[in-house]
Order: sequence, then structure tokens, then C-alpha cells
Amino acid sequence: MSELLRVEHLKKYFPVKRSILEVLTKKEEKFVRAVDDISFSIERGETLALIGESGCGKTTTGRVILRLIEPTEGKIIFDGIDITKLGKEQLREIRKRMQMVFQDPYASLSPRMKIGDAIAHPLLIHGLADKEEAKELALQMLKRVGLTPEDEFYNRYPHHLSGGQRQRVVIARAMILKPDFVVADEAVSMIDVSMRASILELLESFREEYNLTMLFITHDIAVAKLIADRIAVMYLGKIVEIGPTDEVLNNPAHPYTLALIQAVPSIVKREKKKMIEITGEVPNAVNPPSGCRFHPRCPFADELCKTKEPELIEIGKNHFVACHHPVKD
Amino acid sequence: MKTIIDVKNLSIYYYTLAGIVRAVENVSFSIGEKEWVSFVGESGSGKSTVAYAILNLVPSPGKIVNGKVVFNGKNLLELDEEEMRQIRGKEISMVFQDPMTSLDPLRKVGDQIAEVLIEHGAEKEEAFERAKELLRMVNLPEDRINYYPHQLSGGQRQRVAIAMAMAFHPKLLIADEPTTALDVIVQDSIMDLIATLKSKGTSIFFVTHDISLAAERSDKIAVMYAGKLVEFGKVEQILDNPLHPYTKALLESVPDVWSERKVSAIPGYPPDLRNPPKGCRFHPRCTIFKIKKELHGICNELETELIEVEKDHFVACHLYRRR
Amino acid sequence: MEIITKIVHPIFEKKPGRGLLIFGLAIVIIVILMAIFAPLIAPYDPTKTSDDSFQPPSAEHLMGTNRLGQDVFSRIVWGSRIVLYVVFIATLLSMSIGIPLGLISGYHGGKIDRALSIIMDSIYAFPALILAIVIAVVLGPSPINTAIAISFVYVPTYFRMVRGQTLSLKEQLFVEAARAIGARDKEIMVKYILPNLAPTVLVVFTLSVADAILTEAGLSFLGLSVTPPTPDWGYDLRVGQPFLLDGYWWLVFFPGAMIMLLAMAFALIGEALSERISLATR
Repeated sequence: MSELLRVEHLKKYFPVKRSILEVLTKKEEKFVRAVDDISFSIERGETLALIGESGCGKTTTGRVILRLIEPTEGKIIFDGIDITKLGKEQLREIRKRMQMVFQDPYASLSPRMKIGDAIAHPLLIHGLADKEEAKELALQMLKRVGLTPEDEFYNRYPHHLSGGQRQRVVIARAMILKPDFVVADEAVSMIDVSMRASILELLESFREEYNLTMLFITHDIAVAKLIADRIAVMYLGKIVEIGPTDEVLNNPAHPYTLALIQAVPSIVKREKKKMIEITGEVPNAVNPPSGCRFHPRCPFADELCKTKEPELIEIGKNHFVACHHPVKD
Repeated sequence: MKTIIDVKNLSIYYYTLAGIVRAVENVSFSIGEKEWVSFVGESGSGKSTVAYAILNLVPSPGKIVNGKVVFNGKNLLELDEEEMRQIRGKEISMVFQDPMTSLDPLRKVGDQIAEVLIEHGAEKEEAFERAKELLRMVNLPEDRINYYPHQLSGGQRQRVAIAMAMAFHPKLLIADEPTTALDVIVQDSIMDLIATLKSKGTSIFFVTHDISLAAERSDKIAVMYAGKLVEFGKVEQILDNPLHPYTKALLESVPDVWSERKVSAIPGYPPDLRNPPKGCRFHPRCTIFKIKKELHGICNELETELIEVEKDHFVACHLYRRR
Repeated sequence: MEIITKIVHPIFEKKPGRGLLIFGLAIVIIVILMAIFAPLIAPYDPTKTSDDSFQPPSAEHLMGTNRLGQDVFSRIVWGSRIVLYVVFIATLLSMSIGIPLGLISGYHGGKIDRALSIIMDSIYAFPALILAIVIAVVLGPSPINTAIAISFVYVPTYFRMVRGQTLSLKEQLFVEAARAIGARDKEIMVKYILPNLAPTVLVVFTLSVADAILTEAGLSFLGLSVTPPTPDWGYDLRVGQPFLLDGYWWLVFFPGAMIMLLAMAFALIGEALSERISLATR
């Protein structure tokens, strides 16, 4: 296996809107540190799940990697090319190979574009097919994602479709270019439970067919377990733990990972004992806590945690954790 | 066990411009004292509509066309608005997915909790003391009485909503997806909170789309599909020995952190309730119906009935009909 | 055009504003038919003078005759051609300038946006009729010049509306999705933003037509539109006005009523459509 994507020291800060008074009094500009110096890589054909609670920066990470928003700092190296330096046209070229599946299938399709045209459009944009061919390929794609009879679906508008069907359209649009890499941002979280499995199956089938590499962003650890080879856990803009799925789930080393996993409801393990009691809620990303960002909520925190920021260290094969006092089982 | 609420043959239709949506059809169940019953189903299965019907709050154009909701020997659907107001919030209270439904964004949370108490006859001073106590009960610091809702996080707002719902030690708490908008860790703590309330004597009617969430703290699970109650029983009965093909399929379709099996999707889509399938509403998606030729002419023709196959375990499926 | 059929086609669906919509459309269609079939409908040559001046309405002259003995009804019928011609040319012109500029301004932002916004706001701030008068005077009287003068007035209306909508549409997820598939800015504007503007453009179109009818009438009332003896409602209104005190009411009443009716019809359509759109997007 070889590496397809590498992210180095990626940062994305959003300026906090200041009131007129604050601008006039020249109050210092503040930033939300949505993504604050993260590094990781994904191998070809691998699926990395990025998990964490809302506001941890996982969605921002996905958007920055595709340069849908510009990074504040850091490098994004895709197949050997640093895409943070690419100009508009070069970026367009690379987008043939990098695609995104969005969370909200209601908002990510234009309400006034037929779904068939929406799926065919990427081919036309990149000049990969003429109108006839694009339509033909879009029809095949509709069939492939299970929206049949395809010629009937081709002419429908998004509002005629259920959430699950729309998400199939969004996936079809992303897959028609046969990309190498896909960012799937909470691809199933807005879909009804009984439909989720079929959307996951669909993504899985494309992954096999195209040998897709995926960054799968989700808050749902059960879904991550199902689809990912490796899991990265984010907390307040930082990766706190990263490693093979089974390793992270069975031997979580970061107290936050442990808390997250233990909170997930399960049918199989109904009775559960609390291994760890964490308090409070995720603090503000404008002024993150000093040292380890998790220390105010962590039962194991000591002086060191308050002052020194932990770095990712390898504690098992390919299993990294950023914690001064990793949990041992 | 003493029965707290008894729902019989409840049917609710929505009279929309596009046709009559048969959202809830002939649903019967009861909830006992200190019992936690979770209603599970997809969106559009009718689970929330049932919850609203208990307080006679089905939103327009919905109408309760048939059925009884018996609470304390009275049919709540026959009470007038004034009598109903006495029950709402006092004996049966409700929390919603979006806590802002029950909070006023422009007023401090303390004032809002106190107001509910004063309305039902408390003195001002006493009401504020009690408001503080209620906040403590839901694990919020007392000083939060001076906060406005927007100064609180989603989880904290939901705690305030629960505190308000608990002001009069209701007999029944209806919780409509109270954790859906929250992150797992906060969700877990809200679930713990509801469990504490149950231990203090309140029965829980919990609505969720997530069957694994229902698995952990409930006593019983009711599975709804396309407006019908298809299976109802104790948690172990539903999860370890599911009978209805829909329940089985649902359990197989849900990813689980601690399970090694692959998930499999339920084929097809839920039906359009303006024109539900004849017979069992699940039959077009039912794999057993597809395989067993002898069921043709039964499942796609005859209405299903909820029958008790073992103690406390009810199922509405022709496979379990008494012959 | 699909969008138009989608909104207008289900007129008979019971939705708020249905009555207004039907009423407005009926009047507009009647006037359009009148303009098309003017030679068949008008009993007389509208420019032909005769000795029968100041005849009150009668079976012979449905709306009477004017000072020159011309048949008022025939002049009304033929006059609809001028009104519709001027008004539609004018609105099409202002749309074809206002919409692209608004789109570019809203989508790209920055300096272009600021410059265009200042220009448009200053035009907008100027009283519409006076502006049109000035331009019409400079260009000289002719229907096409009137159309140009009027179009100038409505460019900012389209610009502001399109710019505002573009600002909010470009933040929509589907625009980000379009960028993710590699769409160029031009493609995003034309294929993703423009179609979503269609409903609002339609509403502004009908409302600005209603307004333009009044402006056109105002210009020709001042003698800045057509040259006599071309039949024109606004012009006839002016010519008839001095004789009102002499009791020749029909000279003023019929052209005035037509102007008002047509303007109102478009305004009603616009109102009804905007209500539908706000319902559909809710």
C-alpha cells in the first residue's frame, strides 16, 4: 500500500465576528480554532473515520482537505502534489479525483436541477463526455445506485425524492467521475435508520469497485466501526487518538475516547458499567484550555496536563494517542 | 403492576390537501407505574403522533378519529380544554426534541420555571427556591436561574426543559426524541437523568428512532411501522427474541459498536400512508412473505391484529395467528 | 420555462391568491389579444379624422369620438399595441442588464460589487419618472427611445433583487457541492444560481411591468413617447384632459381606465405569484 493523502500541520481559524464597537475600539481580533494543527495520512484504498462531537472540527477538516475553504496553515498532499498551492484551474483538474458526499441531501442538490442532469453535470464540466454520452452514463449511474426505473428518475426534481433517495443521487454525482478519494461527511446521519444500512452498502460497493480511499466523517462510532479501517478521534480541533479501528474501540487510550465509546448505546452490550466519569461540556474553541484541551473534564488530569500540551505518541502498532496519562486496561 | 395509562384502538389521520394520511391506525398499549416504555420507529411511523395524542395535542391537520386514552379512570380525549390544562404539565408532562419548544428565548430560565409553579398556586419566594432545587435535580448549577436560554448549550437547555417538566412530579413523562439533537456523551447523561426520574416514581413514554438507545434503559419496547404497532414487549423479548419480521430486519440493519456482524438493509421504502398497502403494511418489504407462497392471499389481504404470544409479548403478524 | 408552467399551470389548484391570479391573467390576456387582433376589432381607422367630433358614446362609437372626430374605442384598441410594445421591450432590456450585473456583483463581491452597488443605488435613489423624462428628452420621442428610457429606471430593481438573492444562494450547500464537482464560477452562476432566481425574477418582472405601464403613460402624457397621430393611451389622456370641464368625460375616462386596469392586472399577478413562492419555499 502507498499513501494517497497526507495532511501536515493543518490549521483552520475562523475570525469571530466583532461588533462595530469592538472594531472601533480596536479590540483584538479573535479566532475560532476549528482545526488546530492536525496531521495524518491515508493509504490508498483505506477508509479513515474521523469521529468526534459537534464542533470538534471534523467537518471543517473535510472541507479544507478538498479546499472548499482555504486552510489557514499547513499542507495537504494528495498523490504527491501539495494542493494547498494549486491555482484555480489546477485545482479543478484535481477535483476530478477528489469528491465529497455531503451530510444534508436536502441542501446539497439544487432544487431546480433534474437529478439526472445533476449527476451528468460533472462529466460535462470536465469535458469527459458530450451531452448524449453524459446522459447515457448518468442513466447507468442511476441504475447502479438503485434509482430505477432510471429514465423516470432522470427527469425528477429533488423534492420528489425521499432523503435516502437524494443521498443516492449525491453519491452518484460524486462517483460518476470515478474519483480516487472521497470525503463522506456524515453521509448517513440525516437518513432514516432503516435506510442507513443500504446507503452504507452502496458506499462500500463503490469502494470495492473503484478501490476508493475515503475520509469518513461521522459522530456515530457504530457506523465508523462498520466502515473504517482506522479511526481518528478529534476533540476541540485536535486529533487526540488515531489507530486501527479495533484497537481504538477495544483499547481506547485517551480518556476522551473511552468516554465517547462508553456513551454509545448498544443492543449487544446493554448493561454497562461506567469506566470513566467525565464532567462538563466541550469548551469554547475561541479560548481552548491550556495544555491538554481535555484536562478540565478529565478525571486523571494533573498539573502536567494543565501546562504541557501532549503530543501524539505511538503506544501500539499504528496506534497513537495524545495524552500524558493514557488509559491502560 | 398498576396501569398508569391505557391507550385503546387509537387512530389518527392527517387531513392534508394531498389526501388523508393514515398516520396511526388502531394502536393499543398500556404503561404501568414506574415503567419506561420506548416507542421505536422510522420517521413517519406514527410514534411521535401517538405521543402527542396522549395529551390531545395532535397538530393540525391531524385528527384523532378513534380510540381512548385512559388515565386515572378518565378518557383524556373527552376532557374539555380546562380539565386538560390541569393534567398537562402537572400529571403528564412532555419534553421535545428541540428544548426551545418549551422555553421562551427572551426570559431567564429561573423566571420561566417559577412561572409554571406560580401558575399552579405557589408563592413567589417558594417558587424560586423550588426552581433552584429543580435545576440541582437535573445537575445544573443553581446560578443558571439567571441565564437566558441562548446562554446555555443544547444539553443544558434540555435539562432545563426536563426540570420544568418535573416541577410537579408527574405520573408520566412523555419524551419525544429528547436526545436526537445532542452528542453522545450529553445524550448519555440526559438518559441517566430520565432514568433517575423514573426511579423517583415517574413512568416514561420515550420516543426514539434509535433502537439501540431504547435498548439500554427501557423496560419495554414498542415497535411501530407505517402507523401500526407491530410488536410490543419487554426489552429482552424484543431484542433477543424478536418475532415480527420488521423488528428482525430493523435489528439487523442497525450498526452496533459491539457487534461483529455486517448490517443488512431492509429492502424497499416505507409506504405512502395516504394509500397504505392492503393487509399487513409491511408485506411489500417482508422477506418471509416473499419466500412463503402460502402467505399470499393472507398478508396482502387481511388486516393484522396485535396478539399476545407469550406473557407481555405482543405481535401483529399473520405468522403468529392462532389457527 | 418549466418554472413558469410549474407556477402558473396549477392556477386552478386551491391556493391563496388564486382569484387574484385568474383575474389579473384574464385582463392581461384580453389586452394582449386586443393588441394582436387590433385590425379586426377596431371598427375605424384610429388615425382617420372626421367631422363627428366630441360624439358621446353610442352604438356607432362605443366610446365616443374626440376633438378630431377619431373613434376613441379604435384608438384604445390600437393603443394597446404601443403600450405593450414599449413596456415589454423596456422590461426585457432592464432584465438583460440588471440580472447579469446583479449575479456577477453578488457572486464575486469585492470591488466590482461595491462599484456597481453605488451606481445602481444612485440611479435607484433618483425619482423614476424624472429620470425617465430626462432620458426621453435627450433621446427624442419615439416608442423605442421611450422603452430605453424606461428600461434605465428598472435596471436597479433587477440588480438589487438578483444581487441579494445571489448573496444568500451562494452560501447554500448545493453551490459548495457544485464547486466540489469542479464547476467553474460561470457554470455555478448560470446552472446553479440563475435557475433558483427564476421565481423571484418572475415576480419582479410582473411588478415592474405594472410600474412601467404607469411610467410609459406618464411619458406619453408629457408628449415624450409617440408622435401624433399614433394612438397611445397616455397621449390620448393628455389630449382629452382640457375638455374634461366641458363634460367630454369619455376622452379621459377610457384611456385612464385602461392604464389603471392593465397596471393593476400585472400588480395582482405579481402579488399572487409572490405569495405562492413564499408558500412553496416555506
